[in-house]
Amino acid sequence: MQQFINRMKVISRRFLPLLTGLCLTGLIACAGDGGGDKGGKPAKVSDAASQLKLPSGFSAVTLVDSFGRTRHIAVAPNGAVFVKLQKLKNGKGIYRFQDTNGNGKADKIMGFGTFTGTGMAISNGYLYASSDEEVFRYKLDGNYNVVNPDKPEKLVTGLLSRHEHEAKAIALNDKGDLFVNIGAYSNACQLQDRTKGSPGQKPCPILDSAGGIWLFKADQLNQTYGTGKRYATGLRNVVGLNWNTATNSLFVMQHGRDQLHDLFPDIWDTKQSAELPAECMYELHQGSNCGWPYIFYDQFQHKKILAPEYGGDGKKTAGEDAQDPVVAFPGHLAPNGLLFYTGNQFPEKYKNGAFIAFHGSWNRAPEPQKGYFVVFQPFKDGKPSGDWEVFADNFSGGPEKAASGRVNYRPCGLAQGPDGSIYVTDDTKGTIWKISYKK
Amino acid sequence: MKKHIVFPALTGSLFVMAMLLISQTKKPATTAKPAASKSASGGMAASMTRGKQVYLEQCLACHQADALGVSGMNPPLVKTKFVLGDKSKLVKIVLNGMTGIEVEGEDYHGVMAPHSDLTDQQIADVLTYVRNSFGNKAKAVTAAEVKAIRATNTPAK
Repeated sequence: MQQFINRMKVISRRFLPLLTGLCLTGLIACAGDGGGDKGGKPAKVSDAASQLKLPSGFSAVTLVDSFGRTRHIAVAPNGAVFVKLQKLKNGKGIYRFQDTNGNGKADKIMGFGTFTGTGMAISNGYLYASSDEEVFRYKLDGNYNVVNPDKPEKLVTGLLSRHEHEAKAIALNDKGDLFVNIGAYSNACQLQDRTKGSPGQKPCPILDSAGGIWLFKADQLNQTYGTGKRYATGLRNVVGLNWNTATNSLFVMQHGRDQLHDLFPDIWDTKQSAELPAECMYELHQGSNCGWPYIFYDQFQHKKILAPEYGGDGKKTAGEDAQDPVVAFPGHLAPNGLLFYTGNQFPEKYKNGAFIAFHGSWNRAPEPQKGYFVVFQPFKDGKPSGDWEVFADNFSGGPEKAASGRVNYRPCGLAQGPDGSIYVTDDTKGTIWKISYKK
Repeated sequence: MKKHIVFPALTGSLFVMAMLLISQTKKPATTAKPAASKSASGGMAASMTRGKQVYLEQCLACHQADALGVSGMNPPLVKTKFVLGDKSKLVKIVLNGMTGIEVEGEDYHGVMAPHSDLTDQQIADVLTYVRNSFGNKAKAVTAAEVKAIRATNTPAK
């Protein structure tokens, strides 16, 4: 008898996952043709939405699922959502989504623009979009439709794109400033990139034309390096950047350097190399210098450390002329989106704080990969206040998927909607979540 | 309703178990089978063991533990013509490094440094390992082959 019971236990253990799998398939089939045009009725919660782990009171719906390589996102005052694609979909690189019946799903979708890229922003009646070399803008009408989708105005041209940190993320303010990230086409400015034993170049020649944030005018055509201005330097690569209206200043998230162990195994072991250096948030002003490639920030020693390519040993400090980060996050998590929350929908503690979308790591191997979440950093009086916390988690689909890096979704872009909800894009499959709060 | 679920579940699990059995019985045959190479360095099995060590130290950080690479950056090494095809081209990628490659319609922009500091034997071992792991199957690479390719290799500046 006992033997029989044991056998039953084994069988049920084996079958349980299969049964669950089948039930899930059933659910998907049921939810598949939901959405639709049944005005006002909320669409069924998609798997991508229910998979997210959010703080109490928050919930997510997906505006679109598996749409394409959606990078940065901007939401118009009427709720129209614009997204930049990294890969063309049906020949188009920008899409406008609208949920006209209020069920949470996009039911009006329109594509335009024939270039790929990352940057997307709305400012002063225009939609701004970047390729990896240029920045364009499109005039919007009163309903936030693009007036002339086939004829954007070219604002900036000829920016360097050398297949490393090529995304030209953008941010604007209400003073007509257009900030463009020009990432360094290098890991640490070695003579030969990412090559063991190759020395760091001093001065680093890359910094003349990349490795910083450049400032252009938001309304002037055909600007180049010559007419633009280097706003901040010593930034290896920035994808998440946002103008903070509470401080009236630009905040950026730097992607810190890779491969401390690969290049200097005698100084850092694989565990240390998985944690170092910090992914840093900086507040920038004209002339800011954040120190790359000569230093990196060690979040455990709380110091700017001389880069090993320039004679560093993991302890020597340097970069006295470089500013300190305002927040230091764990290494390699790849912050791709930054958003200061100015809405009234979320609880008070979120007001003027920063959301950061971490795309997730690759350079932690052989240690487990990490990230794939949206973090919240509280701010008070324009300064970070208190510890950051994970806000939206489990884009990966589970701890094992996160550890291997073979994840379901990777968060990239962030934007705030007119109702105070926030939007998060995923650039692997192209799912866009709208996250809202209800007491 | 339940009956309908149990039946496919049963067949499904039987299938899975059958596949497991097949893969388990097959596995030793594929890994232990020494390929044609009979080099002085101890044959295929020894080369695989040494190659795995080189992979862990030199390749894993970018190409990852499962050799599937990193989307948009570091290309996969699993069942691609670059890995399974012409040995000479493959050895030269290791010797010279490379930037930018298209694999199965996806672009990869990661920078691979030259690894010419590795010995002929290390390169032979790691390529033999990669070509016969992660679901790959291709002929072993010998140190003599690497030596010959290195002799005619002109690294790009």
